[in-house]
Order: sequence, then structure tokens, then C-alpha cells
Amino acid sequence: MRVRLHVWRQPGPGLAGVFVRYDMTEVSPDMSFLEMLDVLNQQLLSRKDEPIAFDHDCREGICGACGMVINGRPHGPQRATTTCQLHMRSFPDGAELWIEPWRARAFPVIKDLVVDRGAFDRIIQAGGFITARTGSAPEANSLLVPKRDADLAMDAAACIGCGACVAACPNASAMLFVAAKVSHLGLLPQGQPERDTRVVGMVAQMDAEGFGACTNHGECMAACPKEISIDFIAQLNRDYWKTKLAPKPQAKEFTGAA
Amino acid sequence: MELRSHIPAGPLEAKWERHRSEIKLVNPANKLKRHILVVGSGLAGASAAASLAELGYQVSCFCFQDSARRAHSISAQGGINAAKNYQNDGDSVFRLFYDTIKGGDFRAREANVYRLADVSARIIDQCTAQGVPFAREYGGLLANRSFGGVQVSRTFYARGQTGQQLLLGAYQALSRQIGSGNVRMDPRAEMLDLVVIDGQARGIIVRDLVTGAVSAHAGDAVVLATGGYSNVYYLSTNAKGCNVTAIWRAYKRGAKFANPCFTQIHPTCIPQTGPHQSKLTLMSESLRNDGRIWVPKKKGDTRPPHQIPEEERDYYLERLYPSYGNLAPRDMASRRAKQVCDEGRGVGPGGGGGHGVYLDFRDAIARLGRRAIAERYGNLFEMYQRITGEDPFQVPMRIYPAPHYTMGGLWVDYNLMTTIDGLYAIGEANFSDHGANRLGASALMQGLADGYFILPYTIGDYLAQAKLAKVDPEHPAFRQVQGEVGERIRRLLAASGRKTADAFHREIGRVMWDKCGMSRNAAGLKEAMGQIGALRDEFWKDVYVGGRGEDLNQSLEHAGRVADFFEFAELMCHDALHREESCGCHFREEYQTPEGEAKRDDERFGYVAAWEFAGVGKEPVLHKEPLAFEAVHLAQRSYK
Repeated sequence: MRVRLHVWRQPGPGLAGVFVRYDMTEVSPDMSFLEMLDVLNQQLLSRKDEPIAFDHDCREGICGACGMVINGRPHGPQRATTTCQLHMRSFPDGAELWIEPWRARAFPVIKDLVVDRGAFDRIIQAGGFITARTGSAPEANSLLVPKRDADLAMDAAACIGCGACVAACPNASAMLFVAAKVSHLGLLPQGQPERDTRVVGMVAQMDAEGFGACTNHGECMAACPKEISIDFIAQLNRDYWKTKLAPKPQAKEFTGAA
Repeated sequence: MELRSHIPAGPLEAKWERHRSEIKLVNPANKLKRHILVVGSGLAGASAAASLAELGYQVSCFCFQDSARRAHSISAQGGINAAKNYQNDGDSVFRLFYDTIKGGDFRAREANVYRLADVSARIIDQCTAQGVPFAREYGGLLANRSFGGVQVSRTFYARGQTGQQLLLGAYQALSRQIGSGNVRMDPRAEMLDLVVIDGQARGIIVRDLVTGAVSAHAGDAVVLATGGYSNVYYLSTNAKGCNVTAIWRAYKRGAKFANPCFTQIHPTCIPQTGPHQSKLTLMSESLRNDGRIWVPKKKGDTRPPHQIPEEERDYYLERLYPSYGNLAPRDMASRRAKQVCDEGRGVGPGGGGGHGVYLDFRDAIARLGRRAIAERYGNLFEMYQRITGEDPFQVPMRIYPAPHYTMGGLWVDYNLMTTIDGLYAIGEANFSDHGANRLGASALMQGLADGYFILPYTIGDYLAQAKLAKVDPEHPAFRQVQGEVGERIRRLLAASGRKTADAFHREIGRVMWDKCGMSRNAAGLKEAMGQIGALRDEFWKDVYVGGRGEDLNQSLEHAGRVADFFEFAELMCHDALHREESCGCHFREEYQTPEGEAKRDDERFGYVAAWEFAGVGKEPVLHKEPLAFEAVHLAQRSYK
């Protein structure tokens, strides 16, 4: 099959970018989308042109490294599928495809289709964990977790941190990403002691990174390759406002010597 | 030089406990002054970096991915073993130890494997406490599943995404330490060389993959958690970025490389579709719990699977290994698949003679119902359908073996230290625990055992005793190695040939798959070594990299890794040629039993082969670590 690509080429951070047209012939429908770009890059290199930079690694839809906006949709047209798992058979012969990086102020473009998603890491650092020092854990079966809670926590924990939710959102909000982690840990008994500080810390960091606010468009869920539900955003809001409006009493801070 | 494994004295069961009580501790105030460099952020690297920082050490962690969360451990699907005996089916630490030693075809070190089994239960405790959402029973207790090569149910899992969930647990522990300033994390940073001063590993040279800047980092110890080298085959289930560079550079600086020819070919991967293919996808081995593997009895049978009647199907694993059946160990399952395909009974595109066998869920669906199967394997079925366009609920899956894991790696002693003082290798990057074949659900166990529960103790023993002069990146040794790294980058960029690094990578991958893959013979290996040498010379003359060094340049990254694979591939063939026996995944056609199973030669090859670098293109020097077995009886593996 043949495809016409318009690929966003940007030489570096803060520089002007432009769509460049590439016509591809002899594309196999069994190729993954990234394999198609691999073939194009090999052609570019053999012409001594600069290949297109894009992030990718596992190519099985789990590492979350890949992602590009294809014809306006993060990860392309197929439901629940990352760019690396998208196959050319999803497109008609002669398709015209516009390929862009994630667009969000909090994800600055580094080069071509590569963006900096360090903001996600900083949000996790601000509270997206359970404090459990190595060696201090109790016997695993001493803690019962109802199967429905464990399953629901797993639904939320399936997030791969790719950033498609941000790219899909008209406000470039990271609420689905944050909500997935807040819910994953908040649904489990192990996550209860830090439930309040976690949600407050993560939301504050999300705001500091320059992500927009959530206005319930639901585009994030539609774009999410792991189909993470926006119900988790509702859960985040409940946790957040409960903590903000009815804070639990705090013990006085102990300072000074004994 | 003599390889000193430093295995503690005493009975097998008591060695680790005793060692832990006897090794030197670092005073808490001194820990703050010790700086440890951890390269890699997968299960081993992230768990080690987090645990070391919790202990109070200064830690710097590096990964080439854009985030620590994306390390390749994330792709592990099936599960993690632990000797909890929650199923009351007779499991024990000794049984897990024995299964692992036997599965590895008696080519691993007893004391290390026993320790691995011993700490396995605590890993589950640790991960559960971190919030890893393991599968649960209705009563709220943890669930288990069974896995290839064993007869007990000891595998813990989180749907088909166990590696992802365990890695996120370790990543979150690491993130907590980064957030509190105890770990400095450098993503998009690739280690390109090791700096050794007065026999001690004192730092690394790193290239920033965004700006291209090459910088030196000094520390008191270096931990390599940089994974395996399956990508030497080009097509493998490894992530595209996985490479041998870090451990290869360490080898060239004096670390010994152990058993490089022990590479595992995983039996259940999606077959290749065409020449454009850049990566193979694994389907979790757990599918073999309920799927039945078969091919037509007749050669060149092109009928669709549902038209082939029961009596014309050959369920060859059930036929050959009646007591393990479809759960035979990976090496055997892979080799048998190759064998039936070589006989012309393979299935898939191209009709009879294709490179694939069926993995059929028809009977399991009839027995357990569609819903139960969807619950167990739903995401795997979806993934298969996305890639192949076929629905496994309707037609049997097609699978074929693919390179997947490498048991070989840097030689380490009981403390996980390489032959260079202060240089440690953990996880898949070392050779220690899996012998000649790894059992399913054991890689996650080993990575986390090394990172959470072994290295944090043993590294202290070194730091407490080593005389470490103060060094910084201005030291002449750093200057020199940094200069060499820069020179190599310039050389790659200056080559103005006609072929891409990717094209060369495909070529060497083909040679390795054909001659040093699922089965090997002396003639093929010698031929391969000649081809590799010729290709390597051609590479440096005819490669074209393009772009600049001071920029994000993925072509340059790839070229550097391929250049190292070219050197490494030769060592792998060398090792495979010298080991004149078959064991585990190393199948030498000259050495097999009449039934076609691997025939070991314990007399001549009951040792770990640790190779010393002698120069590019020069014959490496062999050092042997004899393997002594006290607790287990060496037997031919039988899974019949």
C-alpha cells in the first residue's frame, strides 16, 4: 500500500518546526506504524538526510515511550492501542497522515516527535508512592485485600505514563494520569496512611508543572491506550476536596529537645 | 588469575544468614559520604538505587530511557516466583532452589541459587507493601498460578503485566528517594565507558542523549544493572534500546564475562511476518498452562486448523514429555518447535513448512468457559489480535521461539562483585543464578533479590574496608577515558559509507541466529566467527551515521551499540565453540542423547567459563570456576 506522510520536523527545543511531506510506497499492511517509520528513516539515511527522531522502546505497548498524534488523535485511530501496536492495516491504501508530537506546555518538544515528559516523573516524586522501606514489610498475606478492590486498583495501575491523555485534552490537563496513581494506591489498604498527603502533593506538583485544569471533556479516556476510566478523576476529586475541606486533625509538631 | 567466588563456609541453608551477620557494616555517618553510581533503572537498578538511598548512601542513577519507569523489566508479563507455599502443594525454599538449579541444567552456583530461593518470599512481602496490585482470591488472599518447568503453583502475578507492576513499585520507591534529594536521577543518559583507577571502579563516562554532551561521573562504587544482550540477534523480544554496551565496556576494562553463549530462546512469541520486522513480541509463557501446542502430523498440511481432525494433530510436547506436557522447560519447548518446523510441519503463512506452531485454547475454553479464559489471558489475547489480526478465541494462536533472555553476563562473586573491585553487576547483567537455562517467572525474582536484599548488604562490606583515595572527574584517568569515548564518537560520525547501522545490525543478527541460536555446531560457529570479523571491518569502513554528536542523534546511539555487538558476538561464538557439550539452552548438535535431548559433560565442562579480554580480534583468555554441587545430585534433566 501507499501512504503520504506529513511529519512535524523541529530541529531543537524552542525552534520553529514545519510539516515535511514524505511519500511512501510498498508499505506492508502487516507493518506496525513504527516499523513504517523505521523504513522511512532507513530511506532518509541512505539519502544522507536526517532521520525523524521519535521515542520508542519496548514496541509492545507497555513501556509508554512511544506516542505521536496521528491525524489529530494521540496514538492514532485504533481504540486501546499505542502507536507501536498500531498496524498499517488500520489505514486505507493511499491514506494521508499528519504526524505530530504531543502538544502541551508541560511537555516541551526536544526534537521532531520527541517531547520531554519529565513533569510526570516529578508528579510521582511529589507523592505517588507508598512509603515502605526495604526490609520493613509484613508477611504479604497478613493483609487481606478484597478481590474487587485489587482488580480496580489494577485497572488504575495499568497506566503506562505515555502522556496521550495530556495530548488529547483541550486543556492539556494531566488529571487522568494523576488520578490513576492516586486511585491505584488509594484503593489499597497499604495506601491509606498517606492518602491525604499523596493527593495534595501530586495535585500541587501537577499545577506547578503547567498542566491545565480538567473540565470533563473525557477526551483523555478516549485516547488512553489502556482505557483508564475517568471515574478515577471523580475519585481524585473526592479525595482532594475531602482533604481540603475537612482536614483531619493534626498532632502538634514536635520541635525542640526532649 | 584465580576466580574467587567468596562462597561462605557452612551448610547451604545457613550460608547467607551467617554471611550477613559477619560482613562489615558502614557507619551511618560514613554512608552519607559514600557515593554509589547505579547504571540502569529496571527491577534490579531501581530497587538497588532506592534501597541504597534508604540506607543513607549518596546515589546517582542513570538510564538511557526518558524516564526510569520505562526500563525493559516493564515488559515482563507472566509473574514472579516465591517459595511461599500458599497453595499447600509442597513448595519450599529447597524445592524452588532445586527447580532453579535443575532448570538451569546444573550450570549455576549452588550457594547463589539457594540464597535467591531463600529471599524470594520477602520480595512478595516488600512488593505487596509498596502497593503492587497482585492478583487476589475472593477471600482477599494472594493468588498463584503455575509456570513452565515446575509442578507447584508458586507464581505471583498482576494480570499479564507483572513486570510493569513490580517495576512501578520499585520506580515509586526510587521516586520517593529522588524527591527527597537522596538520589540524583539522570534519564536519557547512556553509559559509554567505565573508569578504573588503581584496580578499583571509580566512575563512568556518560553521554547525554539530548545535548550529546559527554561527561565524567566519579564515585566510590559502580553498579551495573544494564540488562541482557538478546539484541545481538537483532530480532528479539527485547526492547529496541537494550544493548551490551555497558557490560562490554566493563569487560574491556578488565571485568570477566561469564558464559556468554547461554542465551534463552523463548518458546511462545508471535512469528515474524516480513522483512520489515524490527522486533518480535512475546506472549506470556503462562499461556501454556491452558493452551495446547500442536502441529499437523502430515508434512505440508495447508488445511486451516479447524479442518484438521484430532487424530491428525501431533501434540508433540504432551507426547514427548507426558508428565510436564505443555509445561516443559523453555529450552526444550523451543527446540522441539524448531524441530517440527524443520521437518516441514510448521504452520502459518506460506502454508505447510511455515515457521510457527499452534497454541490452541479450544479445549480450555470448552472446559472452563470463555469468561474464565478471558479473565486469565484477556490482555494477551487482545495483544495477539492487534498484531496478527486473528482472534485466539476463534483460531489457535501461532507461536514460534525468539531470543528473549541471556543467562550469561559479567562474572560476579557471591557478593555480586565482578573481577574489578567496586564494580558490581546485578539482574540480567550478571551470570549468577540461572545456569544454562532460566525458568519462567525467575528473572523478576532475581532482579529484585539482587537489588532489594543482596547488594545493599554486600556493597557495604566493600565500602567499609576498601581504601578509597579521593578522586574527581579532573583525575587524569577520567580525562583519558573521556577522551577515548569522544574519539570513538568522532570516528563513528566521520565514517561516510553507504550502509546504515541498522542494516549492519540485521546482518550480524542473521549470522548469530543461524549459527549461534537455538542449536549450534562447530563448523557453523567457526564460519560465524569469520563472518563477524569481516562484517566488523566492513562496518567501520562502510557505515553511515549522519547528524552531529552534539545533538539528539538516535542513529549515532544505535551505531555505537551495534559496534559493541560486533565485538561481543565473536566472544559469544568463541564460548559456544569451546563448550563441547549441550546444556540447557546451549545445544551443540554434536552432543545429544538418542532422544535428541541435551547431553551434558559434567566431567569436562562442569564449570563457569569466565573470559578475559585480550584485545579486539584477539583470542580471549579462559578462566574456569569449577562448580561444586553438595546439596543436589547431578542428573540428566528429565521432564518425561
